[in-house]
Amino acid sequence: MSEANLPFIGAILLTVVGGAAVLTWFERRLLGIWQDRYGPNRLGPFGILQVAADMLKLLTKHDWIPPFADRFVFVIAPTAIVISMLMAFAVVPFGPNHYLIDMNVGLLFFLAMSSLAVYSVMLGGLASNNKYALLGGLRAAAQMVSYEVFMGLSLMGVVMLSGSFSLVDIVESQKDGWYFIPQFLGLYVFIIAGIAESHRLPFDLPEAEHELTAGFHTEYGGMKFTMFMLGEYCGLILLSCMITTLFFGGWLGPFLPPLVWFALKTFGFICFFILLRAAIPRPRYDQLMALGWTVMLPITLINLVATGAIALWMNQA
Amino acid sequence: MPTIVIDGKEYEVPQGENILEACLGLGLDLPYFCWHPAMGSIGSCRQCAVIQYQNPEDERGKLVMGCMTPVQDGARFSITNEAASSFREFIIESLMVNHPHDCPVCAEGGECHLQDMTVMAGHRDRRYRGLKKTHRNQYLGPLIHHEMNRCITCYRCVRFYKDYAGGSDLSAMASHDHVYFGRHEDGKLESPFSGNLVEVCPTGVFTDKHLVNDYTRKWDLQSAPSICPGCSVGCNTSPGERYGKLKRVHNRYNPDINGYFLCDKGRFGATYVNSEKRIPAVGRRSKDGLFDAIDSSQALTDIAKGLSTSKVIGIGSPRTSIETNFALQNLVGQQNFCTGISETETALVSACIEAIKESGAKIPSPREIERCDAILILGEDVTNTATRIALSLRQAVRNEAFNMAEGLQLQSWQDAATRMLVQDERSPLFLASPHATQLDDIAEGIFNLSPSNIAHLGYSVASLIEGKKDDAAKKTDANDYGNIAEALLKAERPLIISGTGVTDTSVIKAASSITSALVAKGKETYLSLIYQEANTLGITLLDQGQGPSLSNIFEQGENNSIQTLIIVENDLYRRAAKHKVDKLLQAADQVIVLDILDNETCNQADIVIPASSFAECEGTLINFEGRAQRHFPVFESKHPCRPSWEWLTEIGKISSNKNMLEWQCFDDINKACSESSSTLTGINEVAPDRKYRVGGRKIPRQPHRYSGRTAMVANLSVHEPKQTDDTETPLGFTMEGHSGDRPGELIPFVWAPGWNSNHSVHKLQTGSEGELKGGRSVVKIESKKLIQSKQQVKSVNQNNDQDHFIAVAMYKIFGTGELSSQSPGIIELCESESIELAIEAADKLGVSNGDGVTAHGVNGTVDLEVKINDSLISNCVGIIQGMPGAANINPGEGLSLTRSENWVRRSEIISSDQLGGKNV
Amino acid sequence: MIEAFVSQIRTIWRILLHSFTKAETVQYPEQKPYLAPRYRGRIVLTRDPDGDERCVACNLCAVACPPDCIALQQGTREDGRWYPEFFRINFSRCIMCGMCEEACPTNAIQLTPDFEMCEYDRQNMVYEKEHLLINGTGKYHDYNFYRVSGLKIDGKDKGEAQNEAEPIDVKSLLP
Repeated sequence: MSEANLPFIGAILLTVVGGAAVLTWFERRLLGIWQDRYGPNRLGPFGILQVAADMLKLLTKHDWIPPFADRFVFVIAPTAIVISMLMAFAVVPFGPNHYLIDMNVGLLFFLAMSSLAVYSVMLGGLASNNKYALLGGLRAAAQMVSYEVFMGLSLMGVVMLSGSFSLVDIVESQKDGWYFIPQFLGLYVFIIAGIAESHRLPFDLPEAEHELTAGFHTEYGGMKFTMFMLGEYCGLILLSCMITTLFFGGWLGPFLPPLVWFALKTFGFICFFILLRAAIPRPRYDQLMALGWTVMLPITLINLVATGAIALWMNQA
Repeated sequence: MPTIVIDGKEYEVPQGENILEACLGLGLDLPYFCWHPAMGSIGSCRQCAVIQYQNPEDERGKLVMGCMTPVQDGARFSITNEAASSFREFIIESLMVNHPHDCPVCAEGGECHLQDMTVMAGHRDRRYRGLKKTHRNQYLGPLIHHEMNRCITCYRCVRFYKDYAGGSDLSAMASHDHVYFGRHEDGKLESPFSGNLVEVCPTGVFTDKHLVNDYTRKWDLQSAPSICPGCSVGCNTSPGERYGKLKRVHNRYNPDINGYFLCDKGRFGATYVNSEKRIPAVGRRSKDGLFDAIDSSQALTDIAKGLSTSKVIGIGSPRTSIETNFALQNLVGQQNFCTGISETETALVSACIEAIKESGAKIPSPREIERCDAILILGEDVTNTATRIALSLRQAVRNEAFNMAEGLQLQSWQDAATRMLVQDERSPLFLASPHATQLDDIAEGIFNLSPSNIAHLGYSVASLIEGKKDDAAKKTDANDYGNIAEALLKAERPLIISGTGVTDTSVIKAASSITSALVAKGKETYLSLIYQEANTLGITLLDQGQGPSLSNIFEQGENNSIQTLIIVENDLYRRAAKHKVDKLLQAADQVIVLDILDNETCNQADIVIPASSFAECEGTLINFEGRAQRHFPVFESKHPCRPSWEWLTEIGKISSNKNMLEWQCFDDINKACSESSSTLTGINEVAPDRKYRVGGRKIPRQPHRYSGRTAMVANLSVHEPKQTDDTETPLGFTMEGHSGDRPGELIPFVWAPGWNSNHSVHKLQTGSEGELKGGRSVVKIESKKLIQSKQQVKSVNQNNDQDHFIAVAMYKIFGTGELSSQSPGIIELCESESIELAIEAADKLGVSNGDGVTAHGVNGTVDLEVKINDSLISNCVGIIQGMPGAANINPGEGLSLTRSENWVRRSEIISSDQLGGKNV
Repeated sequence: MIEAFVSQIRTIWRILLHSFTKAETVQYPEQKPYLAPRYRGRIVLTRDPDGDERCVACNLCAVACPPDCIALQQGTREDGRWYPEFFRINFSRCIMCGMCEEACPTNAIQLTPDFEMCEYDRQNMVYEKEHLLINGTGKYHDYNFYRVSGLKIDGKDKGEAQNEAEPIDVKSLLP
């Protein structure tokens, strides 16, 4: 464990939370480009001040708790997602020396933290005491618990190849070749599972606005709504960071400083996820679950067996 | 029941119907024009063509008219057959050749049978390139608008007007395609049933003139099931409202009473609801003699305070609901409640009740009257006092025709054939009256007699029926009246009609004795006694002779023993002589008047409270046959008026009246009333109570196409107000709710897909002229339950003094009714106040039409305008009831007349008649 | 399954290619869009070629209106014409669907290409007849309902409308 480094923690928090905020604007602009329109372009240069305007709006919104809701849980729920997402960043290695902790179970810690996010969504849906919220919460729980399985399994290939759960070690072990080539199946499953886990489009069934109005956060507004959104965007950043770390060699890369490499790769994946949102329609809920159990599970198992066999064969050789 | 096959499907249909009737009864749509359920078939419009097949093998079939083809067991038909449907389409195309491009400016549009049938038959484009025929319109009086261009020559108007209603001034004129339906010259239509042309005409030739000038389409009218308050018949109506104004009244089908038709008073006499004479606010007379608008709660508190400390008298009214009178009775106590009916009339009504109890006859509904085959009318001027019954009587005399037709196996709906067969044969109807009546043309015998002689005629007929031949006098009677007795004895269902209109108790007693005599002979005898106002019978049954009479109240007033007087919806100046009423109103310390329109009594009041009219509140009325019926509020008034029963209950609650504290809604009052006496038991079952729902839903007052919801009151505020919840009735002030089958008393308007006109009523009926599918509660007070007044029935007899003229009450359909005569249109038709004199009497006095005479009677002298009525018997003078001066003369009293020297002849009032019938 | 996967990838690729296409958005209000003459904007009441108001208060627009935002009351003028005593459109409810124009049998009610009618006070969105009635014929220049209708008005007697024969003399026996 490296020394607790308060300025560094501050920097990470600022980057992630600030990044999430900017992302709200960036996503809309990017979607605009891909949908042949402009997106928010009125406020400030390129509309960047839209972020400030939105923030101001959300901060000044009536902080309302429905009288029929379970007050305590209702307030706690949105904080849980933000906390768990930010906690996960503790193990992300941004550069060879730029990480908060290098746990020997770093990967498991990441999985654990991302799993905790399900409580937030589920409790939010439950505490709202609203039929749409409840349905959204139920969906979220089922979806996230299911995809948790494949997410974990899809990463086992990486662990087998690197022989470690420490994220720093995993990055280091990619010096000879990034894992996205041998672990292309693992990457595929991880991306899918990651979207499902962070319930972003096209897998945003828990909040599917046309059938569940806004799903689990139907009753939320103002700051508490903001926390849900913040959690979601943090999740997006975290997911991109993890793909970079696990499959694309983390900070590794020629010429440029490691931090820049890491940021570039992460940025690329964020754009990719926004592209997915722009391109792919939302499946039906049963289709999503069927995809998980009938496609994803076999693929990860095949990947696991094949990787294990190859690793064993190579070790023997 | 025969089974017929229509388009390959088997149906059971009632025996004796025609195919058109049968199809409509089965819910199959078949277009038609000239057929009418009440008027039968003539097969002239060719619109209801169907294909009839000889046997199952026959594939070609022949074209027959549905309305002219009787159903036969095993007969096979096709409606959808190409030959039939293209024939129907071609027919309507031909009918439409001359139809003008008028729909947007036609008052029939949206409820037009022609529109419906055109769509149903499938005609769309006019192919004919020739010119359209046009016609000049006529001025047909202030009620009916004429637009002859729109005519499709179905002949329904003249079939109704002349054949069904017995009118003589509307005809089909000219020949071939010049046929014109109108009068021989401009002028008002004389029949009191002319308003039905609006509904009978399948298109917009005859429309409601009042509506044409302030028009609202049917789909925009808010309606509620209502009862006509115009007379004691109690016809069912469906008034329509828009923007806070009562726009029109349409017929509401009730198979027992009005069927498909109303009289003109009922149809056009309800718009007084929009009158400028409506009392605008609760008012208290200030020291300067003018009324100040005051807060209603303050007024009620003041009244309630006065109630507890002083002697209070309440005067009810026979023109308002049982509930209002019941509330007043509870408020002031039975011993202080007066019915507000004049002394004379109370005695007459009591005599009627006694007659019903004693004679043991059945009391017929108007529908049953139509089935009676020998009729004797004693004194009652039915056309003017119970107009709808006159129409039923015109059908009753056709029973002879139907019997003759049946002998030739001719169905009753074969209208032209039946009329051709019987020519002028009629079932016997005898009329005894002091003057000519509008039923004279169908009467077999007319007896112009003074009231006391009518009674004599009645007794003579009774004894002839009984077969007593004891003295010589009877012999002359037998010569004169033998045919009456004979006809009544020969008939299967004889009917005797009399009523309070003749103002002689002996006539009523005579009617009773004829009926008893017939009943004793084992005849199925009917006795119909007519009262003068919508709830005369009801209030008499409520009072049961317990309370003081009007003259008793006047006496109390003279003794200064009345401190507070509450008068509810009653203009006393129409009930009693002016000097008596003046004295009473001055003697009372505080006079509180609840009324709808401003009148003379209101002018004398200390506190005036605006009451809701029949169209704004619920209430129960009891008609001449003892049938209780409920009217429902059509709309919320823009005036601050409330139902009288609500005002009175409020006062009762403030003064902690024990009974009234529990009354929370109309149903409570109604229930309390029903429990208060054995006679009125059951009046709470007249209509479903306020909690009634169908599938959890109320019944909407507005059609589902009601327009302008978000703009109607947007000028006041763009924020739309919530629609008012109606907590008192099962009806809602919305367009949402249940609109399928519902009880007959809860049908606000009729509509069915594809049937926008009132013809859609057949979708709610079981067969033409049949019962309503949703059922109907019939609450009739049984005659054995009627309670006679404990007071001795005072006899009102006519004075037979030779030197005097006998005052005879006369009634006018337009003018006698206090409220209806305030309706626009009707105002123009109301006759001026006058005294009718026989020619001999006028000669004796040396007066002519328009001169004045002074009548000296018990109540002093009155100056009246002379009108010569050559049908009046010479020793009688006619006093038109319901006019201010008439109240000063008691019907039956002897009057001495002198020529009024300083009488100023009225200058002619220019009515729209004289304006050359400019079509507006 | 493979096909579906390839299809998804192709979709993503095609969307990505949109990075290089121009945005369709019109930068309103700096840039005004072209509105066709038959654009469905603010509603007006027009006059017939003779300058009289066309509306005959037939109520068809009101009943055709899906949000029920038209209310009017018919009256009869001295010259025999039907006219609206008041005619009110609550534009805060109007959805500019044009059903009223379709329903109008006299071409009186017409939609115009003006849509900029925002107000700070909703009450100002309620237009009365004096706000709606314009001095012109709108899109239909020649139509005059009363020249077609059989109704008699001052200046046009029975039989003088289009395609009408002289009124029939009832007393004549000639065919």
